[in-house]
Amino acid sequence: MTDAPRLEKPRSQWRDVWVQFRQHRGAMAALFLFLLLAAFVVVGPMIWRIDPNFIDPDPVKMIRLRNRPPSWDHPLGTDQLGRDILARMMFGGRISLAVGTVAMLVAIFIGTTIGVLAGYFRRADGLLMRLTDMFLALPLLPLLLVMMMLFAEATAAVVGPRLGTFLLIVLAIGVTSWMHAARIVRGEVLALKEREFVLAARSIGTPARRIILRHILPNVLSPVLVAATLGIAAAIITESVLSFLGLGFPPDFPTWGRLLYDGIDVIRTYPERVIWPGLAISLTVLSVNYIGDGLRDALDPRIRGR
Amino acid sequence: MKLKTILMGAAAAFALAPAAHAERGSDGELKILYYQAVSTLNAYLSSGTKDVEVGSLVLEPLAGFDQNGQLFPRLAAEIPTLENGGVAADLTSITWKLKDGLLWSDGTPVTSADVKFTWEYCTHPEGGCAQSAKYEGIKSIDTPDDQTVVVNFEGPKPYPYQPFTGGTAPILQKAQFEACLGAAAASCTEPNSKPIGTGPFMVTDFKVNDVVTLAANPNYRDPEKPAFATVTVKGGGDALAAASAVMETGEFDYAWNTQINPEQQAQMAAGGKGQFVNAFGTLVERIEINMTDPSADLPEGERSTVKHPHPIFSDARVRQALSMAIDRNVLVEVGYGGAGRPTCNLVPAPAEYASDNTGCLTQDIEGAKKLLADAGWTDTDGDGIVDKDGKKLSIVYQTTVNPVRQDFQALVKGWWNEIGIEVELKSIDPGVFFGGDAGSPDTFQKFYADVEMYANNFDGTDPEPYMSQYLCNKIPGPDNQWQGENVNRFCDPAYDAMVKELSGTAEPAKRAELVKKLNDMLTKDSNVVIPLVDRGRFSAQSNTIDRFIMNSWDTELWNAQDWVRVK
Amino acid sequence: MLTFTLRRLLTAIPTLLLISLVIFLLVDFAPGSPMSDIPLTVPPEVRQKMMAALGADQPVMVRYLLWLKQFFIVEPQYALDAAFGTNFADGAQRIISWQSKVPVFQLIGERLPQTLTVVGTAYLIGILVALPIGIYSAYRQYSWFDQAGTFFAMAGFSVPTFFTGNVLILIFAIKLGWFPTIYDTNLSVMDWDSFVKMIKQMALPVTVLALFNAAEISRYTRSSVLENLNQDYVRTARAKGMTERTVLLKHVMRNSLIPVVTVIALGMPTVFGGAIVTEQIFKINGIGAALIGAIHVSDLPTVQTITFIFAVLIVVFNLIADILYGILDPRIRYD
Repeated sequence: MTDAPRLEKPRSQWRDVWVQFRQHRGAMAALFLFLLLAAFVVVGPMIWRIDPNFIDPDPVKMIRLRNRPPSWDHPLGTDQLGRDILARMMFGGRISLAVGTVAMLVAIFIGTTIGVLAGYFRRADGLLMRLTDMFLALPLLPLLLVMMMLFAEATAAVVGPRLGTFLLIVLAIGVTSWMHAARIVRGEVLALKEREFVLAARSIGTPARRIILRHILPNVLSPVLVAATLGIAAAIITESVLSFLGLGFPPDFPTWGRLLYDGIDVIRTYPERVIWPGLAISLTVLSVNYIGDGLRDALDPRIRGR
Repeated sequence: MKLKTILMGAAAAFALAPAAHAERGSDGELKILYYQAVSTLNAYLSSGTKDVEVGSLVLEPLAGFDQNGQLFPRLAAEIPTLENGGVAADLTSITWKLKDGLLWSDGTPVTSADVKFTWEYCTHPEGGCAQSAKYEGIKSIDTPDDQTVVVNFEGPKPYPYQPFTGGTAPILQKAQFEACLGAAAASCTEPNSKPIGTGPFMVTDFKVNDVVTLAANPNYRDPEKPAFATVTVKGGGDALAAASAVMETGEFDYAWNTQINPEQQAQMAAGGKGQFVNAFGTLVERIEINMTDPSADLPEGERSTVKHPHPIFSDARVRQALSMAIDRNVLVEVGYGGAGRPTCNLVPAPAEYASDNTGCLTQDIEGAKKLLADAGWTDTDGDGIVDKDGKKLSIVYQTTVNPVRQDFQALVKGWWNEIGIEVELKSIDPGVFFGGDAGSPDTFQKFYADVEMYANNFDGTDPEPYMSQYLCNKIPGPDNQWQGENVNRFCDPAYDAMVKELSGTAEPAKRAELVKKLNDMLTKDSNVVIPLVDRGRFSAQSNTIDRFIMNSWDTELWNAQDWVRVK
Repeated sequence: MLTFTLRRLLTAIPTLLLISLVIFLLVDFAPGSPMSDIPLTVPPEVRQKMMAALGADQPVMVRYLLWLKQFFIVEPQYALDAAFGTNFADGAQRIISWQSKVPVFQLIGERLPQTLTVVGTAYLIGILVALPIGIYSAYRQYSWFDQAGTFFAMAGFSVPTFFTGNVLILIFAIKLGWFPTIYDTNLSVMDWDSFVKMIKQMALPVTVLALFNAAEISRYTRSSVLENLNQDYVRTARAKGMTERTVLLKHVMRNSLIPVVTVIALGMPTVFGGAIVTEQIFKINGIGAALIGAIHVSDLPTVQTITFIFAVLIVVFNLIADILYGILDPRIRYD
């Protein structure tokens, strides 16, 4: 009656996504949990300032400190060498999260590049997809093993043993886990290429590079995000498998995977040493997966608003 | 009527007979667990301990070692010695006599031809025999009759009992293996997995790396043995699961090599279904010191070679400090419990060869610090790391991937840090470390590190070949494709001379004295080898098995023919 | 369709050859030596001789060509001989394992039954559990059932199998003693008792694997059904007054199961390979355990042969998935 039709404030796409994301209760809970875990490993060591590798050099004290149950001094107890488990969990989490994230970025970068190239350029398709198939058919465990063995010394010499191992693990995992992302992206690109807006862009002579960057990439973002979440999960687990084989970080450099592996030896006596890192890995991967799920729903305009 | 009474009486007599006179096959099934599964039963093709041990249920040598390391006859009628004339006075030959009436499990007689054939089988140039060291130095073997074997050596052998003794040198049946000489050895699948033997059991089924099923040998020389009718040897899993299967769940009667950490040993022992059995032999966990420079700055081919002596460890005081800073009792308590004991010796057994060297058993951090200071290593810049001429004392410490070894690394690193030494740890896949691949930088022979830790022992009871590993000409290097046992690159003419003296000495007391001296030269005198723990064999045995005797000198199943089920 | 199939088959051959070369070289370059298993008491000269006896000192290309011949010509001949009592092979050299000196294919034959029973059962159960969950979750999107189903699926592939496996062993085998801790490969199902034993020893590994498989498949099913529920044909069907049951089970199911079927086909090779960890944890002497065991002792012929068989399976099932897709989905035309 009185109101002139008021223009709604223009909303950005990401704001829409956030609004939609907030509806996904599971994803919100997961986001909260993930932030909590991240705070635990990033901020935690600044508050809980015990060296995770500290072993009391006095043998008598060391023996007395071994395998202690939880106490105020050591909230999660100590391990078989009297090291503080809480500190080790925090420190290990940093490495595991960093490995997972960076390895995922590497894998997604390779996967997206190959997927877009294969999907967009017909000529490259056959070759690139054969390459992908071949990688998928390769036994990845021996491949990872060989890469770690062949290059460990070389990278350690350039950037030092710890950073060297980190880079190597991240690259090795990335190079062996991009294939699913590439396939998904290729499929999406194949479909997008025939869509009207791409055809329109092409008909006005937009160069391929621009079409890919402006029109294709933003539209494959949601499947890539989903692939990325799965990628983090896979990378964290792969890292723990590598630690299993003694090909991960040096033994005095704990990660969740390594802590879990060390714990399995004493699972009968101290089950919590398997439970803690196992829970940490599971919760991290679970929350990341949930976040990915929420993002997918939020990003998919077809589902949005239901 | 009369006959029936007699039969009844006989039955009653059987029922009343004590277990000692158990009938063959009366105790049913024996279940054994080898968590490293069996690959082959032919010891000459594998020599993995697990294969040799399970093979010993079927194949037997002329003589074996008992729990005290003493030779006792198996297929032989007696042990030949100088006194009974079995060993020639000039030490160049040994004459073995077979027991009378010995039969293979297929019913054919065992003859001296089988023994001679075994020698030919293992020394065939294309056969790739794993035990050919047992047959080194044999010139010829004569078989004057079906029962007699004369082994002629190329020269005098002060210790003539290498060939045909112990589980690693069993006698094969000539008829079965005749077609398997040389290059054909590996492809003889059927004989390798189902050898015909003289032992208490014979193979009925063989699943590679999984299960071996055996049955009592009907032609075993003692008609009352073995007490068990069948044996199942299961493979797979790990030491922990194996221990649990005997000690806690009682699924198995015996589990081999259940090396688990001390706390779990205690917990499992509380399970009440079995007990751990141990015996100490010659296996010593040690830290070996590199006497040459492993620096990565050196060109490939010169790294860790005698061209460049180690810049730090060439000073004996530093090496001694490393040894003094270690508390071996803690290591045993953390890593092995009942399966180990601290030692300062490279040769901890047999008793007559073991030096009375106990000086290292007490840790002395202050003494170690003082030694370093005497050697010129002091902490001038206050960062906790000692230095000398502007160089920090920083070393790389490598070993294989193994939970106990990683704990040891962490502990030793702590103690060495305490005396001001910076330590970088490295753990290598055992397949690579022990693989001997000349192309890999991470083998224990290449030793691209300052110190490394592993365990080693010697076969049988004679330490001579073991002591000769530290000769100057056994140093691995690029010229011999890094094949050589002297990984420390230790070289001392006095040591070499003494080993030579040992090889010419037959008198046991004199040999023992020489071995003790050699042992001391390597350990307490020079600290080139830092012995840590004397590791015993450690297995789990069910309480329902009796007459098991643990043996660290031969296979653990050495007296399986005597085992009985407790009723 | 036929030409497509033939074309794919033909292109698969060079792909496989290339893969075989890559695998062979890769495994060959891997550090480690077949001699590492042997005690240090065996002197170096003896080790050298043992290597030579294995043929391990030959140049890598010679060994590759020999292996290729054995894999594609000699072994099929032996298979024929075994099946029909013929004598094509005529005693030709087979692929022999370095560790056990037994033909690798015999070893695989001994291991396959365990893997197929345990992992195959788990896959089947996984599919049977996953389909209803996935479909109903999609149909009732955001309901509590969907939330629970999503959580179950997420947990299924978030929790590493070596964690769940060990926890299950701890609780059910050690603390409660319900199940054995060691898998008995000699057990054959003859009567009710042995059947119960079999079920007992399979229970834990099958649970772990089934959970993992179900998680993946139920997610695919859910998203595929969701996609179809939004299609126009569903609206049309509903508008025509069809019952929800008919709409869901007849129309939506049929269309949405097409991608699921291909996903199931693609997952088949993992039935053999993906269970490596589970076989390790539960001490099942299957094919995965054989591979790991062979890697540990650098038994190259065994590692090369088993990994290549995995590769063949992957290529074959990819092909099957493509063909299935073509048959099931009339919109897809391969020309």
